[in-house]
Amino acid sequence: MSIVSWVVAVLLFLGVFFFAIGAIGILRFPDFYSRLHAAGKCDALASTLALVAIALFNVRDFDWTLFQSWDNLRVSLKILLIILFVYVATPAATHAITKAAFIVGIEPWEKRKRNR
Amino acid sequence: MARIVTFFIMLVFWVLISGMFDAFHLGVGVICCLLVAIFSHDLLFYGHPDLLWVRDIFKVLAYFPWLFYQIVLSSLEITYIVLHPRMLEIIDPRLVRFRTRLRNTMARVTLAQSITLTPGTITVNMSGNEFTVYALTQKAAEGLPGEMETRIARALERE
Amino acid sequence: MTMDTVFLLASLGLLVSTALALIRVVGGPTVLDRIVGVNVVGAQTTVLLVLIGFLFGNISMFVDIAIAYAMLNFILAIGVTKFFLRRKSARGGSEET
Repeated sequence: MSIVSWVVAVLLFLGVFFFAIGAIGILRFPDFYSRLHAAGKCDALASTLALVAIALFNVRDFDWTLFQSWDNLRVSLKILLIILFVYVATPAATHAITKAAFIVGIEPWEKRKRNR
Repeated sequence: MARIVTFFIMLVFWVLISGMFDAFHLGVGVICCLLVAIFSHDLLFYGHPDLLWVRDIFKVLAYFPWLFYQIVLSSLEITYIVLHPRMLEIIDPRLVRFRTRLRNTMARVTLAQSITLTPGTITVNMSGNEFTVYALTQKAAEGLPGEMETRIARALERE
Repeated sequence: MTMDTVFLLASLGLLVSTALALIRVVGGPTVLDRIVGVNVVGAQTTVLLVLIGFLFGNISMFVDIAIAYAMLNFILAIGVTKFFLRRKSARGGSEET
């Protein structure tokens, strides 16, 4: 395996790791709002890592004389476009859900209530 | 002028997505991009009829690496909290309100999105210049708005 | 170990975390909890689709599907949130308005 393959594998498994952290986070956190923390942030970073790894692997042996290589570059740019979209969309969706929960009136979990 | 720039951005986007280079597909792409550029060029350059944004775009690009660094930090912090066996003793959620001094709409939206993406805080509500932020730990609550507002002001506010 | 094995292992890991997120979707106390769970599942599925594209050797087609899925995921979150905002109740799903 070449150096690029090692980099790709490490990035990919880091992405999968952060996805797993996000999934465990939304299972373990005590209330709704803190679950959103785990969901929103870990997903953004994990998507970035995994998709960058895939985009890098797609252009691993780039040869500027071949049309196929340029097509691969186009597909990689499309994958980077997904990352851009995730960065715009994830906070917006998180914000919408949080605002809905706030208006509907879900109570935040607080430390003081538990200790009383 | 804004129409022409919109047209070329849309055309690059079309070629990127489509990947077909024969006459028919390129022709359909040109027609669609023309329609979009004529009817809704003011969506892309909202509030900027002039082309001053070209100068600003480098400042915006300089903001992104710092944002990504903050996202990595936030994910590591969330990882630490999630995997901690006594998680309930670490976290101390609270609601924080503060006023921002950003006036630009775009800058405010960027601030809201960035707050959501960075350590331990999510934006709950934004009305006028008042933000309601839900912070996961006390340390995160104290760090608001802090350095991020300064950086966004440098990147997106025009004097 | 070839790259195909790496992609297969990563896909399996993603599937396991998708199953973990599905627990929250099935057992979430409020509807909004379920929406968060579905959002996480959607983000994982986006990456999973691209990985499947590599495994099938047809990446350019699956990237299109992944883009469409990411957009659908976003629109789903916004739409369902707006719907429940109008209903003004997030408890359970059985009561009728």
